[in-house]
Amino acid sequence: MPPSLETLWLVPALPLLAASLGALTPRGGRRFSAGVAIAAMAGALLLSCLALRAALLDPSAHLVHNFRWFDLGNGAVELGWLLDPLSALMCVMVSLVGLLIFIFSLGYMCEDENFTRFFCFMSLFAAAMLGVVIANSLLLLFISWELVGLASYLLIGFWFHKPAAAAAAKKAFITTRIGDLGLLLGLVWLYDSTGSLLLYDGGNGVLEAGVLGNLGTMALAGGLAVPTAISLLIFCGAAGKSGQFPLHVWLPDAMEGPTPVSALIHAATMVAAGVFLIARVFPLISYDQALAADPLHALTVVAAIGAVTALLGAAIATAQSDLKRVLAFSTISQLGYMMLALGVGSWVAAIFHLLTHAFFKALLFLAAGSVIHAAHHEQDIRRLGGLGRTMRTTYATFAVGMMALSGVPFLFSGFWSKEAVLHAASEWAVSQLPLYAGLVGVVLTAFYMTRLLCEVFWGPARSPEAAHARENTGVITVPLVILAIGSVGLGFLGTPAWPWLESALTGRPVAPRSLLEGGGLMALSIVLVAAGLGAGWALYGRKVRVSADAKDPFSAAAPRLFGFLGARMRLDELYAATLGRLNTLGAALADFMDRWVWGGAVGFLALLGEFTGSVNSEVDESGLNAGFNSASERIRGAGRAYSGAQSGDAQGYLRTVAVAFVVLALLVLLGGGR
Amino acid sequence: MSLLPWTIYTSLAGALLALVAGARSARAARWIALLSAGGAWALTLAAASRFVPGPSLQTLVDLPWVPSMGVRYHLAADGISLTLLVLTGLASTAGVLFSWNVTERAGEFFALFLTLVAGVYGVFLSADALLFFAFYEIAIVPKYFLIAVWGSTNREYGAMKLALYSFAGSAMVLAGLLWVYAAGGGHGFGFADLAQAAATLPRRQQIVVFAFVFFGFATLAGLFPLHTWAPTGHVAAPTAASMLLAGVVMKLGAYGCLRVALPLSPVGFAYWQTPIAWLAVVGIVYAGLVALMQADLKFVIGYSSVSHMGFVMLGLAAANLQSAGGAVLQMFSHGVIAGLLFAVVGRMVYDRTHTRQLADLRAMQLYRRLPFAAAVFVIAGIASMGLPGFSGFPAELTILVGAWKTRPAWAAVGALGVLVAAAFTLRAIQLGFFGSADKAAPAGDAAPLAPITLAEKLGAFLLVGATVLIGIRPDLLLNWINPALQSPLLQTVLKGGAS
Repeated sequence: MPPSLETLWLVPALPLLAASLGALTPRGGRRFSAGVAIAAMAGALLLSCLALRAALLDPSAHLVHNFRWFDLGNGAVELGWLLDPLSALMCVMVSLVGLLIFIFSLGYMCEDENFTRFFCFMSLFAAAMLGVVIANSLLLLFISWELVGLASYLLIGFWFHKPAAAAAAKKAFITTRIGDLGLLLGLVWLYDSTGSLLLYDGGNGVLEAGVLGNLGTMALAGGLAVPTAISLLIFCGAAGKSGQFPLHVWLPDAMEGPTPVSALIHAATMVAAGVFLIARVFPLISYDQALAADPLHALTVVAAIGAVTALLGAAIATAQSDLKRVLAFSTISQLGYMMLALGVGSWVAAIFHLLTHAFFKALLFLAAGSVIHAAHHEQDIRRLGGLGRTMRTTYATFAVGMMALSGVPFLFSGFWSKEAVLHAASEWAVSQLPLYAGLVGVVLTAFYMTRLLCEVFWGPARSPEAAHARENTGVITVPLVILAIGSVGLGFLGTPAWPWLESALTGRPVAPRSLLEGGGLMALSIVLVAAGLGAGWALYGRKVRVSADAKDPFSAAAPRLFGFLGARMRLDELYAATLGRLNTLGAALADFMDRWVWGGAVGFLALLGEFTGSVNSEVDESGLNAGFNSASERIRGAGRAYSGAQSGDAQGYLRTVAVAFVVLALLVLLGGGR
Repeated sequence: MSLLPWTIYTSLAGALLALVAGARSARAARWIALLSAGGAWALTLAAASRFVPGPSLQTLVDLPWVPSMGVRYHLAADGISLTLLVLTGLASTAGVLFSWNVTERAGEFFALFLTLVAGVYGVFLSADALLFFAFYEIAIVPKYFLIAVWGSTNREYGAMKLALYSFAGSAMVLAGLLWVYAAGGGHGFGFADLAQAAATLPRRQQIVVFAFVFFGFATLAGLFPLHTWAPTGHVAAPTAASMLLAGVVMKLGAYGCLRVALPLSPVGFAYWQTPIAWLAVVGIVYAGLVALMQADLKFVIGYSSVSHMGFVMLGLAAANLQSAGGAVLQMFSHGVIAGLLFAVVGRMVYDRTHTRQLADLRAMQLYRRLPFAAAVFVIAGIASMGLPGFSGFPAELTILVGAWKTRPAWAAVGALGVLVAAAFTLRAIQLGFFGSADKAAPAGDAAPLAPITLAEKLGAFLLVGATVLIGIRPDLLLNWINPALQSPLLQTVLKGGAS
């Protein structure tokens, strides 16, 4: 076993240790808590890099370490971790982005009274997320997955004294848990069918040919193959965590958390976990492609949901006025692109986009955080403005992130990864609709990012907060610069001319693709990016907003559409009116049943008993008893003597009961000995 | 192992001493209670350390009791009983720690408490059905007094309802047992004897007898719709009694179902399996929904207990090694977690704030005023939601795996309960402890609440430690439980054994 595999468990264990230490640190131990957290992340990063180097020696191998957790019936439940280029790359990304965001948080959270607890929760999150990526067992993945959800709940609700934050935390937890329910059932089903949840296990893992072959022979009553059904259940979990339509509603609300949280959890890592999960179980989820008789392929559903989400997120992002919410809907849209890539069969393109997106979206969120920190927590873009002059580093790095996200050609990583996604979509045999959705999304993305840039950084400062904003210290700007470098450089890992990433991830040499093949698509997407940038500039850049109250040009042009998109297509209201009401109704009904129906039945029985008792006593009194009255008179005399014992003194009663009981017990013991 | 019967005698001796000493000093009574409960717990742990798991009940004492009827004073243990004995020791020790502030008639309080504990130990150790039944009754009587005398909200009603339900349930059990006993020619009340006797009955009668015994026990386990005693009883009970009631006494019912009812008549069980399973899964979701509507924090927890016990009943009804193992694990897990939740609400919060209404608690911002209580409640809530890292996760997972094996629909509906649990638990956490400041809060200016005492902290650490330990190492208990499920008697009903 190579040393990097043996020590891989330390990658999540170090932040977990930091979290435990942080939990035990009193509120005053700010430096200790933050120091331990950052040191642990640095250690995790170092180990991840070593692991990546080891994994790249033989990219096609899946090195595993499995162990038994507990026996179940005649089988066992096993856990394990896995070292391959996918897990190692994800480890490097999570720990690197995490480390930068931890450092940023030193500056951003410095005024918070719960600074110590913040680093404890962030470390817990990092540990859980790293656990997700190294898991070689779907159960260990699910365990880490749930802990990720818990950390997310704690961090969204970090400022729980704000009612909106408390509500958002609950909404996020419950909504993602709806998806997790599907994932859990998928795992239970998979375990029941295969007897294992290990991914790779020397031929017996659920991603390996032998087991998949057995699984493929089973069919459900509806004609659906078992692998398809299990894959769809697993996809439910991925859709919940990755904010896919229709479970995306929690993600924008999650922006109530502190901005470093939004950057780390709700942009770069946790929300990408769903994409990672599908990429990880790709052999399982794509297995039904080979089953010709299957009426529905799981990947088709993934592609459709991804395409809808990509489009929906981008459209809604054009009409938001909160800096972080624009970025949140942008994240939803980009996650849609990744799912789309998975659905059309290119998990490599999805992971490529996941990695580049992690960098440029973390960059955008941290730059937004820098703005919010400088502008005293003003995050309404209508009340910002003019920050390009006062916050030059932030402005420059934000612009890099904006161009990467928009897909400005050649220099920026987002262009290459988005191109890979679109290229994969164009080669999909089933339908070209995802490609068209992706292309429309390209225009919208360039448009809303231009709008955001112009509103925040151009023109006059439109509020006192924006006017007073000054550039932040190095602890905030240095992570921005490093992320900006990554947002540029990372793209060159996966250009068509040098597809290093693809050959590293798949373990096969991949021939470079000539620019001519697919060059038409690339040209088209460049034109569309230009169109989006141009439209944005025409509406928001040519004539910048002068006051916070001025009407949005888009809103002026199409007020009803703008209102509809601004209200997030009214999906939240729809859910509240349907599912929310259904739940309340169910709960009220159950409560009513318990109070009145079951309670009433018990009450009725009691009444019945009382009634029978009174009839009986009546009969006794007037009929049977009459003759005995004289006799009872004498007995009553004796009763009076005994009544002295009935003193009403409960202590006395209890003592008598206890003594009698002990005598009885002694009799039993001694009697038994005979 | 031979130490185990002394858990009963230690508790009884403690009860007597506490009664005598309590007349003079409450302090003496509570120390006696702590020594007695802690001592009995230590005995279970000592026995556990030397326990060799095996498929059969290991006899500890076997003496004739009523020779003319073949009744024996037969105490025995296997991995299932050992798990529950350790739980009883833990829950009762923590219960005493959380009753440290009882001053009103402390001697009688602890005497009744320890008598109840003795009865519970006796039930888990009995290998003779009539002895089982006798201990079962010993456990029920003190409960009534504990609630009626030391209880709170609506205590006479709660105590009476609980007692009537319990007695109705045990009457059914007794009737069923006597029926089988008579049918077998009166040879004895050993579990295997009864199963043999029941097998001679015609199928129709077996079905009826099984229903008597199973539903009699299921009443105490809180199986829907026989559960309504549980929330009112839990709420009315004093803290230590609700901890024992939800933590251990409900397990008596489930244990009776597993130990006595299931092997009694596999034929009867086969007839009732589907209805029982559906009652269990409906109960899981139903009780969760009711919990979502409660205005009293203790009622939320009372209904959550019913929901979690639904998982136990589902595990038993699915009747395979996985599900039954999960059911026993869930008994342990719920015993610890419910105890913790009741301790926070009843002792840490109610004894200080004198309210459990979520609407009042919301304005109190307890996270600021009782940070320790808030932290423990959050941990207990997370555990109760079945999150990994805590004992509820492996327990509910194994139950779902087993239920899926028997009938996937049961697992699918039961899993909904996990979602509902998240909803009502988060609601309780947020309203109960993290109320918003905008609610005209008397937070800062209100009189400071008494700080959390050492006894409370100790009790909380014991229970949190137990749920975390089993959450990470469920094999510690499953290694005891699994072999016991392979016993020939249980193998007549459980599927998936080594045949």
